[in-house]
Amino acid sequence: MELTTILFYLFALVTLGSAVIMVFSKNIVHSAFALMFTLMGVAALYVLLYADFLAATQLLVYVGGILILILFGVMLTSQGYTLNFRTITVNLVPASLISVAAAVLLIFAFLSTDWTISEVAERTDTVYDLGMLLMGDYILPFIAVGVLLLIAIIGAILMSTRLSAENNGAS
Amino acid sequence: MEILMNSAILEPGLTHFLVVSALLFSLGIMAVLSRRNVIMVLMGVELILNSANINLIAFSRFTELSLDGQMIGLFVIIIAAAEAAVALAIVLNVYNRFKTINLDEINLLKG
Repeated sequence: MELTTILFYLFALVTLGSAVIMVFSKNIVHSAFALMFTLMGVAALYVLLYADFLAATQLLVYVGGILILILFGVMLTSQGYTLNFRTITVNLVPASLISVAAAVLLIFAFLSTDWTISEVAERTDTVYDLGMLLMGDYILPFIAVGVLLLIAIIGAILMSTRLSAENNGAS
Repeated sequence: MEILMNSAILEPGLTHFLVVSALLFSLGIMAVLSRRNVIMVLMGVELILNSANINLIAFSRFTELSLDGQMIGLFVIIIAAAEAAVALAIVLNVYNRFKTINLDEINLLKG
């Protein structure tokens, strides 16, 4: 077997295995750490798909940003000590029915469709091409997403500061 | 066994990546539907977004979509970051008001 094949199965296993741990773990801190391994596995899959810039972005934004945010959310909303990090599971039967049905339908659709595969040339790096596209065809979405990020930052700061102002007023 | 190891069906192609993303998607659905902690639900949403992104980038590798797929994936990551920041701020506000982040107990709007 080639190295890429082995690497694909290894990283697919890491991704899916830690996703299973994330979903079914009772402890929310364990879930957050399993999510970290899932996101790293997804970044490795991006590398296998010749998307090196996206893999780096995934590591920086998801593992370095969103995961830290989630961990802070866990800590700031924990009631008491580590014992209470445990979360409740409800609707187990309908939820598993729907998710299994979704998985089976999607896999059936993916396997039965006759995809027209065109073998692209191997890319060495995508950063230059992505930059040219961002400054060319995608200039309008690029600016729009910048404005969206600004609005999101202002909104998040506004909500959090109002929160602390209320706390100070109450005490 | 040696023939099986070298057969073309084990070679990671488009469908392999699509199957991985489908499984990831169903796990995300499972997390969103069955957990009652808001932060667990947010993590499930992140899983779903990641599975969609794997699809986009797999298509950009194996079909005519080329770099456009990676571009859309980049925008998905950016919007996921904005979503996580705002959602966590909302969760902190909810916790401040209700002193719980259990979705079943936040039922003020329930008729």
